Amino acid sequence: MKMLTLKSDHITKIYNRKTIFKNVTFSVNEGNAFAITGKNGSGKSTLLKILCGVLSPSSGTVSLSVNDQQVLYPEYYPHIGLVSPYLNMYEEFSAEENLQFIKKIRGLDSSADSFTEELLKEFGIYDHRKKEVRNYSSGMKQRLKYCAALLHNPPLLVLDEPASNLDEYGIEAVRNRMHLQKQKGVLLFATNDKDDLRFADTILDIRQLNIGE
Amino acid sequence: MILQSSYHIFVKEFISEFRTRYALNALLMFVVTTLSINLFSIGHDSPTQEILSGTLWIVIFFSAMSGLSRTFVAEEERGTSLTLRLLTDSTSVYTGKLIYNFILIFVLSIIIAIAYLLLIKEFSVKTYSIFWLTIILGSAGLASASTILAAIIAKANTKGTLFPVLAFPILLPLLLTCINATKLSVDGAFFSEAIKEFQILISFAIVMVTTSLLVFDFVWKD
Amino acid sequence: MKTWLKIAVSIWITGIIIAGISFPMVRVPETWWQFPLIPGLEEKARNIIFHVPISWATVVAFVMSMIYGVLYLRKKDIDYDLRSVSSAGLGLLLCVLATLTGAIWAKFNWGSFWNWDPRQTSIFILLLIYGAYFVLRSAIDEEERRATLSSVYSILAGVTVPFFIFVMPRIMSGLHPGSLGDEQGNLPVLEFKMATNMLIVFFASLIGFTLLYFWMYSLKIRTMRIERQIQHETEIN
Repeated sequence: MKMLTLKSDHITKIYNRKTIFKNVTFSVNEGNAFAITGKNGSGKSTLLKILCGVLSPSSGTVSLSVNDQQVLYPEYYPHIGLVSPYLNMYEEFSAEENLQFIKKIRGLDSSADSFTEELLKEFGIYDHRKKEVRNYSSGMKQRLKYCAALLHNPPLLVLDEPASNLDEYGIEAVRNRMHLQKQKGVLLFATNDKDDLRFADTILDIRQLNIGE
Repeated sequence: MILQSSYHIFVKEFISEFRTRYALNALLMFVVTTLSINLFSIGHDSPTQEILSGTLWIVIFFSAMSGLSRTFVAEEERGTSLTLRLLTDSTSVYTGKLIYNFILIFVLSIIIAIAYLLLIKEFSVKTYSIFWLTIILGSAGLASASTILAAIIAKANTKGTLFPVLAFPILLPLLLTCINATKLSVDGAFFSEAIKEFQILISFAIVMVTTSLLVFDFVWKD
Repeated sequence: MKTWLKIAVSIWITGIIIAGISFPMVRVPETWWQFPLIPGLEEKARNIIFHVPISWATVVAFVMSMIYGVLYLRKKDIDYDLRSVSSAGLGLLLCVLATLTGAIWAKFNWGSFWNWDPRQTSIFILLLIYGAYFVLRSAIDEEERRATLSSVYSILAGVTVPFFIFVMPRIMSGLHPGSLGDEQGNLPVLEFKMATNMLIVFFASLIGFTLLYFWMYSLKIRTMRIERQIQHETEIN
């Protein structure tokens, strides 16, 4: 079992001369769920992107440590899985091909094949795995994104609006995963949904931060 | 690890192009159009070899401009760049796309060169070794500079028109050298006479790729 | 820039302009204020006191803009971007002036305004690079992204510039002194036969225009900072 800690140290993001958020400082440990809430346009997605290391903050640092060892770019890719409306799958490929591509780039071995199948079944898109993603509904795309994010069993799962576009069955599958993730790793998510927020041990309301100063 | 991811990105790029034919169909039509304009304007005249060497590279330059920006613009427009950014480091992405762009422009230049040789009777190459090596090294240089520029314009608002504007001053030393080397091949120069041209072309590609590797991260992670 | 330095630069440049324009050119100079007459150039030689220093300042502005671009990428401080763009703006102005003074000189010495001489071509490419740089900037709305991408572009343009030094002489023969094919051979421009007093005025002008560039640059960067501040305040209110 890997011990994982994510630390955000005085993260500030200035976008086009506007301060979106300022001095975001927190730390999440193994076995915890951390939620970020705030109204639309408050910078939830931006903060998540920074925490995932795909966007640079204007100032401050994000650090990820596994077993007390700090993980530096680009080695943190194996530790993070992200589901976000800004992250899309390749439309001209089928679900299976998308997952194959991700698997190859991540350098996962063939033991991941059966896991892929499990995930596809878990999220109820196994029967549609040969279809090109362009023919998917938005709910099915969201389910596929979950499969893609979980493929490498990331110790840190980051979800941006976990339940968006999903029907009851999909929401249930996602809730199960959130529950599981909380037990075996770190769950970080951004939402305004009260049902989702029940999962969180700590809630950060982004509105309470000094904005526009 | 980097080589492996670059290879998979290259394969993905290749299959994607094969399925969508975003670039390929348009590019082939572009080549046909520009070549026929050349043929019409030549008519029964016999232009000098110098002018023909120049127009060959005009066709190659603008074909490259219309096709090479696709790789990054498509990722950005369809929102798949974030997927890639979470999968692997920027060096792999750059290398994969560079190889793809190189193969694309290389195949394209060969098609253009063969069509040019067959269709324009006045254009007769005497030293084929110089001619083909120029095509290979010229494609490498075009791909090396265009890949990073494509990454830049993918983040800008007016994508289509921006590419040739940004690329022209940077590619000018390459194009002038290519035209000069092509002239030498037409004039029947010995291979050794074009060594200096090849040195310039090789160092151009090396300098461009090295600089791109250093700065690509800033563009990609913005 | 300090006030005393501004006054000094003004006097300095005024002196150079007076000397450059009014010192008579005679066949055999007798006093310190007489320039020797150079056969083939005659009175047109005066232009060297203005044209070459302006071209030099263009290059200084270009290099400064690139250095600030690199600094921006390292420090991510938007002020470096303001410096970079201020320098590039002045560089564009100086580049146009260098092209114009050069073209006028070329008309009277070589017969036409434009000859595609290697140095003329180089300054033309520098114009294209500046043009492309500003086109790129105008195509990006977001401040940080604009700063990053234009810095990257100026670095890319910067590394291609040395290629012209190798490429140009192979493509075209030169008319400038010091070019390949010139009877003086491969000598740099400054070796070109200049009398001592003319050389002094020339170097004084080189220093003067460089200082003038830094003066204009400090004015430009201050207005840029204030403009940005005003824009920031109006957006908040």
